[in-house]
Amino acid sequence: MAYLTEKLTSPQPNRPGGTGKQNKPEPRAIDTRTLRSWLRDMLLIREFEVRCMQAYQNKKIGGFCHVYIGQEAVAVGCTAAVKPDDPIVTAYRDHGHALARGMHPKYCMAEMFGKIGGCAKGKGGSMHMFDKTHHLYGGHGIVGAQTPLGAGLAFATKYTDEVINKGKSSKVTLCFLGDGALNQGAFHEAMNLAGLFDLPVIFCVENNGYSMGTSISRGTTMGHDISAKAVAYGIDSAVIEGMDVIKVYEGMKAVADKCRESSRPAFVDIRTYRYKGHSMSDPRKYRTREEEEQYETQDPIERLAEHMTNDRGWSKDDYEALMREVKDEIRAAVEWADASPEPPISELYKDVYVEQWGPYAGTEPPQMLKDNA
Amino acid sequence: MATREIEFRDALREAMSEEMRADPRVFLIGEEVAQYNGAYKVSKGMLEEFGPRRIIDTPISESGFAGMAIGAAMMGLRPIVEFMSWSFSLVAADPILNNAPKMLYMSGGQFGCPIVFRGNDGAGGQLGSTHSWCVEGLYSNVPGLKMAIPFDPYDAKGLLKAAIRGDDPVFFLESERLLSTKGEVPEEEYTVPFGKAKIRRSGGDCTLVSFGRPLYFCLEAAETLAKEGIECEVIDGRTIRPLDIDTIIKSVRKTNYCVVVDQSWSFGSPGSEIASQVHRYCFDDLDNYVGRVHSDDVPAPYAYNLEQEMLPNARKICECVRAVTYNA
Repeated sequence: MAYLTEKLTSPQPNRPGGTGKQNKPEPRAIDTRTLRSWLRDMLLIREFEVRCMQAYQNKKIGGFCHVYIGQEAVAVGCTAAVKPDDPIVTAYRDHGHALARGMHPKYCMAEMFGKIGGCAKGKGGSMHMFDKTHHLYGGHGIVGAQTPLGAGLAFATKYTDEVINKGKSSKVTLCFLGDGALNQGAFHEAMNLAGLFDLPVIFCVENNGYSMGTSISRGTTMGHDISAKAVAYGIDSAVIEGMDVIKVYEGMKAVADKCRESSRPAFVDIRTYRYKGHSMSDPRKYRTREEEEQYETQDPIERLAEHMTNDRGWSKDDYEALMREVKDEIRAAVEWADASPEPPISELYKDVYVEQWGPYAGTEPPQMLKDNA
Repeated sequence: MATREIEFRDALREAMSEEMRADPRVFLIGEEVAQYNGAYKVSKGMLEEFGPRRIIDTPISESGFAGMAIGAAMMGLRPIVEFMSWSFSLVAADPILNNAPKMLYMSGGQFGCPIVFRGNDGAGGQLGSTHSWCVEGLYSNVPGLKMAIPFDPYDAKGLLKAAIRGDDPVFFLESERLLSTKGEVPEEEYTVPFGKAKIRRSGGDCTLVSFGRPLYFCLEAAETLAKEGIECEVIDGRTIRPLDIDTIIKSVRKTNYCVVVDQSWSFGSPGSEIASQVHRYCFDDLDNYVGRVHSDDVPAPYAYNLEQEMLPNARKICECVRAVTYNA
């Protein structure tokens, strides 16, 4: 897997059909307050995931649980690059996106615990985080299934702006997928439709090099240069280093601005790494400890913390204060989720249909939406 | 109420056009729906009236455009997705079964999916097995979706308008063999509610329950059987989800006999579900088991004679009614 390291350190800027120039990050252009909020978001996600792993071991979380540790810069940098009301949809490794988008961790953790306080009242679980207030359209469990949905979100914003409101397309949709989804038919159909219909959607590939235990070289043609997929559909592409939140933000900002302005789709190959297994039951025997350590030295949180210390006058105390703040917030979220009751049995027949009929009891939004209102 | 006689396909078009005029969130998307005027001319002229932004031709990409429409519905638009044939919907099984009917539930009531999938269902005539699916057997199994199978132009229009206005995903199963049939349709605005069966023929000796095209065979069989002194009550279920079991129960309590006619395969089908419910709710009223006529349990053959034999037909229905009512 040496080439994985190689591609991270040397992204290929001028591929045919690509956006051309690679954006040189200019950290100074981003103010310290913003950087602090990104660092906080990344720490929040990591702490959340650490507590999820513990809770999973303690059997508080059931089913499958896919943690986002290592990939935090992707969700945080990408969401920072778009507006808060731009729609987002993602796959099953979705806790990070929910938190980066602004979902309070208590609703996210309660969903993990299968409690009524969860964002989906405990009916969706780890892989299905939804947040209407923050324009997060899931959390989808079937690999690649979210890609036509992402095209549809972009279709809807464009249709609403242009056909209903007779204006100009104003939004951009972020559709996250893993590199494993590149091999699903749904993804290729979504790319074709997005290209054909000029849909303002960005297919953000979180290229962590593995679909479960299958390395990209074993499962994907052109795995060393997946932007080739975009060329086939006439869609602009970019390669972004995903272990550096500033680079993710800068790269994505350029792509998103262009996508919004042109109302054209884009494809980004964000090179990242998941430190943990595919899911909690994965012993990671398909890769070496050395490879993992190599990526751990490029840790996105440590990188930004270092930058804060070296260039922004941060002290060790500043960092530790932030850590404490985050740990307290997640601890409170876990306590809140613990205290939240299980969904009442009456929930079983709610939200099956909007209309009430037969045994079906209509629909009722989760507490989260009422609290956010 | 003033009426006029129009074709089934015209009724479908009127339903879509009227709803599109009333609600800018409604649009039609599918293969050949725009420039080609619809593979079966259902959407003829709609491109001219509504333009390419609302009557949208797609490539042959069912999984993609079905999923895309579902994404649009999550944001509050009201797509009508035309499948040229429901047989082609099988490649879109994941979006139409995993996303549309479950979105509301999995999001804890946050995102509904107000969408209509419509197209031809059942044997079109010598198309071979891959193109002759009766998907009601497969899809009616899934909670979260509604399913309608209209019988005549009146219901086609009324049910489709109700489907488009509703907030839940609807699987709307038409028949290629019925598109040219004619019927009286009111000039005035109307809808047909889901979950209300209709008695197509009254009779006191045996209840026949069916949906869509096989109802014609039921009515034909009822004529034949009437000459033999068996008066059948023919019930058009109209919608499978919701199912109006009350109307069926009421009829069976009167006739004491029941035959279900369902064009899908018998194993795990609407027919088996209805038979089971009738057994459950009419146990003391029945004078015999509930008879069932389905497509034969084989892939649909190409040869004309074999296909006719395989599908439900009047002869099979007569035989089944006679067998069930022998002890009357």
